[in-house]
Amino acid sequence: MIRRTVAALDQRLGAAHPLKRTLRYVFPDHWTFMLGEIAMYCFVVLVATGIFLTFWYVPSDAKLQYTGSYVPLQGTSMTESFASVMHISFDVPAGLLVRQTHHWAADVFIVAIVLHLVRILLTGAYRKPRELNYWLGVTMLGLAILEGFLGYSLVDDLLSGMGLAIAYAVAMSVPFLGGQLAFLVWNGEFPGSSSLWPRLEILHVFLIPMAIATLLALHLAQIVRQHHTQFPEEGSERVVRGTPAWPGYTFRSLGLFLIVAGVLFLLGGLVQINPIWEWGPYEPYLSTNGAQPDWYVGWLIGALRLMPPLEVVIGDYTVVPNPFWGGALFPAVVFGLLYAWPPLARRLRLDDHREHNLLDRPRDNPKRTALIVAFLVWVFAIFAAGATDRFYFRSFISYEGQVWFFRAFALLVPFLAYFVTKRVCKELRAREEHPLRGWRGTVIERNDQLGFEPARKDSA
Amino acid sequence: MTPGGLFARLVAALGGLGGLRRNRERRQAELHQILPPGKRQFDAVRSEEQGRGREAAPPPELDETGDPRAELYVALLLIAAAVAFVGFVVFYVVSEDTQLLGLSIGIGLVLAGVAAALAGKRVVIQEKTTDEYVAYGDREERREVANHLVEGKVGVTRRKLLFSSLAAVGAALGAAAVVPIASLGPRVGEKVYETPWSAGKRVVDERGEPIALDTLSPGEFITGFPAGESKEEIGSALMIVRLETDELELPADRADSAPGGYVAYSKICTHAGCAVSLFRYPTFDETQPGPALVCPCHYSTFNPADGGKVLFGPAGRPLPQLPLRAGADGSLEAAGGFYEPIGPSYGGIREDPGAKPL
Amino acid sequence: MKRLRVLIPVALLAASISLLALEASAKTAGEGSASTPPSSQFALGRAPESAGRGLFVQGCSSCHGFEGEGVKGAGPSLVGAGEQAADFYLRTGRMPLDRPSEEPIRTPSPYKPAQIRALVAYVGSLGGPPIPEVHPEDGDLAEGQKLFTENCAGCHQIVGRGGILPGAVVPDLGAASALDVAEAVRVGPYVMPSFDHLDQSEVDDLAAYVEYTHDPEDKGGWAIGHIGPIPEGMVAWLLAGVALLFTIRLIGERTTR
Repeated sequence: MIRRTVAALDQRLGAAHPLKRTLRYVFPDHWTFMLGEIAMYCFVVLVATGIFLTFWYVPSDAKLQYTGSYVPLQGTSMTESFASVMHISFDVPAGLLVRQTHHWAADVFIVAIVLHLVRILLTGAYRKPRELNYWLGVTMLGLAILEGFLGYSLVDDLLSGMGLAIAYAVAMSVPFLGGQLAFLVWNGEFPGSSSLWPRLEILHVFLIPMAIATLLALHLAQIVRQHHTQFPEEGSERVVRGTPAWPGYTFRSLGLFLIVAGVLFLLGGLVQINPIWEWGPYEPYLSTNGAQPDWYVGWLIGALRLMPPLEVVIGDYTVVPNPFWGGALFPAVVFGLLYAWPPLARRLRLDDHREHNLLDRPRDNPKRTALIVAFLVWVFAIFAAGATDRFYFRSFISYEGQVWFFRAFALLVPFLAYFVTKRVCKELRAREEHPLRGWRGTVIERNDQLGFEPARKDSA
Repeated sequence: MTPGGLFARLVAALGGLGGLRRNRERRQAELHQILPPGKRQFDAVRSEEQGRGREAAPPPELDETGDPRAELYVALLLIAAAVAFVGFVVFYVVSEDTQLLGLSIGIGLVLAGVAAALAGKRVVIQEKTTDEYVAYGDREERREVANHLVEGKVGVTRRKLLFSSLAAVGAALGAAAVVPIASLGPRVGEKVYETPWSAGKRVVDERGEPIALDTLSPGEFITGFPAGESKEEIGSALMIVRLETDELELPADRADSAPGGYVAYSKICTHAGCAVSLFRYPTFDETQPGPALVCPCHYSTFNPADGGKVLFGPAGRPLPQLPLRAGADGSLEAAGGFYEPIGPSYGGIREDPGAKPL
Repeated sequence: MKRLRVLIPVALLAASISLLALEASAKTAGEGSASTPPSSQFALGRAPESAGRGLFVQGCSSCHGFEGEGVKGAGPSLVGAGEQAADFYLRTGRMPLDRPSEEPIRTPSPYKPAQIRALVAYVGSLGGPPIPEVHPEDGDLAEGQKLFTENCAGCHQIVGRGGILPGAVVPDLGAASALDVAEAVRVGPYVMPSFDHLDQSEVDDLAAYVEYTHDPEDKGGWAIGHIGPIPEGMVAWLLAGVALLFTIRLIGERTTR
């Protein structure tokens, strides 16, 4: 039966050769190489659950009075968008499960991408010839963040509505272009006209998922063409060694997919996320204390809160409104550094200009690892500044005081992280028998004539 | 390496932080040192010259021995997963409980996943095979490609003319393609300064009831809107706060904007557009912080007593005040438009001279 | 050591769950120190007002004056505050306050209920509104959510979990009874504004809503504190992230030594 199917395909499509290559494709086996797969499988769950949600969601700011089954919102005026998501949550069978799974999948999607990105950076997988693939990945990270923000903003609840207002202000804050840019996106002044919601929906449901899927396909294609990198123990710069796609890797990867989906559905059923019936619908004249964006946007709220009230005004013209620094410049710098990293690392002499198919362990390049860690710590410190409201709530530190603390913290801690990381890397290397795994060289020692000779095995 | 070992090394590394400069000096000294006999020196190099990785990879491996116990586990896991999935169907029909639905399908998927992974690691043959990394880059081919591309120029005499006209049409086409983006929305122009407020506009609460001079006591606030206008426009919503008249410190040109201690401010924060919904008012101002309007997003804090100046936080402009007056029937009405443009800043926000009370 | 490799992720998961539980627990903000209990010299048996006066002189007069007239730089006058305010501050333990510059927060009161009644009667005798009525059972939940969102959520958070602002910590309403709500709304304690312009039915609606927020409908499962994306992000990293890292660690291989 198998032979007949393969024969049929081969005689019509010439499928035998590509199938042979696909089935024998080699996957190096290290566990950290599966982080990207976790992200990919989260994306699959997102698309599947998302399709279900699009069959119910209504992108409209027309107002109605709620008549669904949730009592505390009975009779409340809300938009059709919000009402449709209330309907999914309370009246569509399994609707809340699918909605929560979709939202958890978005959160975990970006967790996996970030872990994957950190692995890529710390092991030097972005080096020649894989810079293009690295840039595809960074782009997908940016798209995923935007996609998630749009997704939870479509619901038009109190929390996400506040977030959209801030996004409008950040758009307006772009020097010279911002005012008109915001008006083009929102079709007028915030909260925008009735055409805003279909725009957000088509971006979230079609345009950006297509972009991510396309980039993902290119990303995978490039990996296949160039082969996955690997650590030195398993192979060499010429030879990649690992498990073939069939049967070993197919089942392992299938298992990972099912487990990822399972974890997401478990979260979707057991752990509540974005309970919009508790937040209520958004109005521009309403707000709540403790409003936060989803975690992957949280780095921006920290930046917005930490910036002092600086606006650059020349004459009457406001060149740089305040939200620009934290809301636009900061992420531009972070993503700019991410994009620039391969050539920058070469310029800083952290990497050479050669091709690399082998990976470094993070400790094998202490300066590079330390710089990357310092960068991540900087971003995390700013994230922490925006995320620790509840800590102050319990600890009674004054809000003004902690703003100053975090300003200092975000500036100083990266330096500390740099030195500590570099030191740790060097210590880890120094304590091993051989400084480099798979290192192929000769251990020499001084002999009695003050010349060098290969070390005897028994010398200490 | 054990986690304990790693931690010990971390501590040692941290402890060695103090020796940073000493280490650098020591390393420099080492370079010039003559080592005594028997002392090893490692040559720690990052480049590929020394050939990191093995010359030849370890040979392919193949393990064809089956594992009947693992096969049994896989089968049991799959059966358990099937039960869970059937459970999901049953729960879907019988109950609406999100937790039961999620639990059943989640457990089913996880069990199936563990079965598949176990199959991949223990049931099917275990192989390690090799393949070659390809070093892309063929100088000959590149040269041929470049030559082929350059052939496009052969026989073309008026290159500069054609090129410049090509550049012209490219720029023009690009502009034509980009320009329709302007259809997406209106010009920002004066739209930002248009608000529904003008002199005589009555102030009403969220239900449309007028706000009288005796509605609030000092230390209370209420959200106000222009009568008969959309509440959703950002120019509509007000934070109306009543202070004691001796608490007011308004600038001289706004002396008449606060009848009975009522002051009104745009509710939209001038930082990033959230609703400024917090009002802080001390019971005992000798030991407690003074009156303030605070925005919950990034905690921009404005002083309602002196015309909305920024006390703290990232807002770059004061909160715009709307002058009030007592209407004929004793209810509040606007005495004019906002003193300043409302909402978050953009390039022209400070430019309009027209937003003054009429 | 192999056991450690399993134990570490399990410990991480346990730590994450306890961190989340800590985050989710709706504890009231901090614990003020209880003042020393008043002596029984002013035992009840006398008329409440005079017993109250005795307690007042002993526990309150240093900041509020012997006749409740206030002390400059220490405490405001209580003339006109009424039973309403006294009952709120005393029953919730916000008063007595150790230092005038401290924020009054909910604590266990050092006074017994009978002593509180006596003090309340005394302060009430100085003039001011009585203890208000409240009927949360008559309140409309939907109206209550609307009113709460418009007037209270900015400080107290949309489901009453509290928050911060420059100058103060806003309490979690998890321990607030309907009477607490009715009193606080009219009194405007500490830097909270008052909302005396709300009528009785609106106060009933608010009280009903606040009671609802003590145990709102959590159709989606574990509510992780009802405070939104921060605990959600923690779950994504510390539950899902750890579980999936554990999974790929088992599926994939480690580099051999």
